[in-house]
Amino acid sequence: MRALFYSRLMPIAAVAVIAAVLPAFFPSAYYYRVAALVFVFALAGIGLNLLMGFAGQVSLGHAGFIGIGAYAVAVGPTHLGLPPWLSFFAGAALSAIVAFLVGRPILRLKGHYLAVATLGFGTLLSIVFTNEANLTGGPDGMAVPRLVLFGWAARGSETWYWISAASFVIGAALALNLIDSPTGRALRAIHDSEVAARVLGIDVAQKKLMVFVVSAVYASVAGSYLAMFNGLITPEVSGFLRSIELVAMVVLGGMGSIVGSLVGSAVIVVLPQALSFLHDYEHVVLGLIIMGVMIFLPGGIVPSLTALFAGRRA
Amino acid sequence: MAELLQFIFSGLTVGAIYALVALGFTLIYNASDVVNFAQGEFVMLGGMTTVFLGLAGVPLPIAALIAVIATVAVGVALHRLAIEPARGAGPVALIMITIGASIFLRGIAQIIFDKRFHSLPSLFGMDPIRVGGAAILPQSLVVLSGAVGIVVLLWVFIDRTLLGKAVIATAANRLAARLVGIDTRRIVGFSFAVSAAIGAVAGILVTPITLTSYEVGTLLALKGFAAAMLGGMGNAIGAVVGGILLGLLEAFAAGYLSSQYKDAVAFLVILAVLFAMPQGLFGRAKVDRV
Amino acid sequence: MNILSVDHLSITFGGVCAVDGVSFDIAEGLVFSIIGPNGAGKTTLFNLISGLYVPQDGRVLLAGEDVSGWTPERLACRGLSRTFQNLQIFFRLTALENVMVGRHRHERTGIFTDLLHLPAVERQNCETREQAMAALARIGLQTMADRPAGSLAYGDLKRLEIARALATEPSVLLLDEPAAGCNAVETAELEGVIRGIAKDGVTVVLVEHDMRLVMNVSDRIHVLANGRTLAEGTAAEVRADPAVIQAYLGGQEVGRAVG
Repeated sequence: MRALFYSRLMPIAAVAVIAAVLPAFFPSAYYYRVAALVFVFALAGIGLNLLMGFAGQVSLGHAGFIGIGAYAVAVGPTHLGLPPWLSFFAGAALSAIVAFLVGRPILRLKGHYLAVATLGFGTLLSIVFTNEANLTGGPDGMAVPRLVLFGWAARGSETWYWISAASFVIGAALALNLIDSPTGRALRAIHDSEVAARVLGIDVAQKKLMVFVVSAVYASVAGSYLAMFNGLITPEVSGFLRSIELVAMVVLGGMGSIVGSLVGSAVIVVLPQALSFLHDYEHVVLGLIIMGVMIFLPGGIVPSLTALFAGRRA
Repeated sequence: MAELLQFIFSGLTVGAIYALVALGFTLIYNASDVVNFAQGEFVMLGGMTTVFLGLAGVPLPIAALIAVIATVAVGVALHRLAIEPARGAGPVALIMITIGASIFLRGIAQIIFDKRFHSLPSLFGMDPIRVGGAAILPQSLVVLSGAVGIVVLLWVFIDRTLLGKAVIATAANRLAARLVGIDTRRIVGFSFAVSAAIGAVAGILVTPITLTSYEVGTLLALKGFAAAMLGGMGNAIGAVVGGILLGLLEAFAAGYLSSQYKDAVAFLVILAVLFAMPQGLFGRAKVDRV
Repeated sequence: MNILSVDHLSITFGGVCAVDGVSFDIAEGLVFSIIGPNGAGKTTLFNLISGLYVPQDGRVLLAGEDVSGWTPERLACRGLSRTFQNLQIFFRLTALENVMVGRHRHERTGIFTDLLHLPAVERQNCETREQAMAALARIGLQTMADRPAGSLAYGDLKRLEIARALATEPSVLLLDEPAAGCNAVETAELEGVIRGIAKDGVTVVLVEHDMRLVMNVSDRIHVLANGRTLAEGTAAEVRADPAVIQAYLGGQEVGRAVG
């Protein structure tokens, strides 16, 4: 029993240790900022990984939920007078509700039909965020009030680094818990054969909806963090390109690898920063990464490396 | 009445472009089961390449021809370098590859060309023709007749030539086609080439009306896909009808409801079709065998 | 008591009547086989009974309850389980995990307890693992427990699917061509497995082409042809039925095939 506990949460413990030690190597606040972004997107990636890597579904519009979380903490305080922390939970609840309502019909679809339906849904949300200017500030976006908890204001890259790293560790632990449980086994079964899962008594539609809602909440939390961290939010945060980047992160890191979400996020977030002199080439590089990963490394980095070290072919 | 007619004219014009994009989708999808998101980039490349060659002093007809050939080359390269190596990957992986390709092509266009909007001169001038109180641009007629011409050419080719029959065979059953000696890899590559050509021509024809920039591809691809779904994925007639219908729906929505949400129409169509009748207007419902 | 009854069940696909007014009653604890030439509608019948297709006419009764049109999940919770002609194994899971999924309807934790991995979840995991190992042992696959299902041999996979279906603790088990693709040794082992299942009190409904297996193991046989009932009776009765012989078993072949 002990052994199982250790093996399940060991990767997360390792990440936690690295996250605690890493800042010792940060020369400036800029590094805190980039690392915080990596953890935030990785958090959204965990949810998407549960949906795609474990349950075998796909969502090409998940940035829409990031947008809901982001705009919730902007609109809540600005237009509704709600404190940021309440808006944060409201955003998560709203994402869950939207996912629940849209998920039922959408998850009846499979393969590229599901892919395009989620794409359409995500883009629709993005269009709404862009057009409802009196609410959202339109294409130029709107300011996001700082998060204030019991008189303490969360400001600065360093603070947000610790918040997002801790949230990632917690989020990853929850996900790993889920995987090693009856629900997790049911999701993995659904991935391999929905019909077999059904005849074994698994309510496939309900399970798919559940993991869709969970993944939407992960994305919403990440979106709220992003908005509160940056102090400003634009509709781009929920756009088609962001959704694609999120999927690329999950695939790159390894579908079915929670820690892989961190690796994938690190690559997608850090690369444009590292190549900032190649800013104009951002799309070219992103496009090449996506194509390269899907063609040559569809299993993702972490599983391929793991298999390599275990002596088996991926 | 005049207003309705106006919406119909603009809807038909943009609908013709959606129809051509949807047709390109359908060709590739039928031959290879790939949903090609880079379809919109073919349209963009056709228009942008012509513009920039023109700016460099090349006479427009030649520029247009070179643009089409260049786009065809890109289409073939896309198939050879990105699709072929991933044969056997699932449908979602393949969509992701074409999405990656479209992002890549957009990035290249951004660098080679620029980020501004560009236009091309209309073939027959800019004076609108008055019909029943509404105005239609001569270029719109060019676009519409061009679309009709392409559809007819394609139909003749598929129906009357051996190569066309080979394409149909590959679409119907790839293994059987290979067993009778058809080189399906070449056929799929060919379908990419033809789709690219159709897209490029569409781009060149419509640029005088809607302008072009490095970004137009993405939205066009999504709308073309919506049109193809509406008509029934894999059905060529459906693609054309779906395109026209989508164009009209967009024009009416923009005119009577809200011009801001014009782009949302396509996505609502996608969702509505997928929820209510996934096989589209002309498609056949699929039954899974256990 | 009839554990499973089918009453004038019918379904049509695109103009072809795949199952046409089929009726039979199966008493508890029997091994009941459905045979017939290819295209007779046997698998379609299974799909109707197990909820994958909704009947256009007729009823399915499970332990006296009308379950026509019920979803597979609901039927599973009422004690109906099945295997598939085309293996529906969870290839990415290990053999043990496949069978553990079979225990799902007996597992008692919900998503929130699972997310937090409360002690109840760990207890549930242990219990499920033990039950699954026992199921594997009963079918003789315990040595393969931790191997990825994708690496198992075809015959083992067929048995794995049976173990998985048994893990649900069904009262009725539908086996769809379990001997398909198996050699003589594997088929003989299968015979033993089916007898064992029946001895444990599970009613077995078998669709099979292997006549030796069918004749050896069945208490009653129902013959289907072109979607309709051709005959029903004990193995001896069906063997001797002239209509069955003509449609399916063949004239002089009967003696040799069923030895």
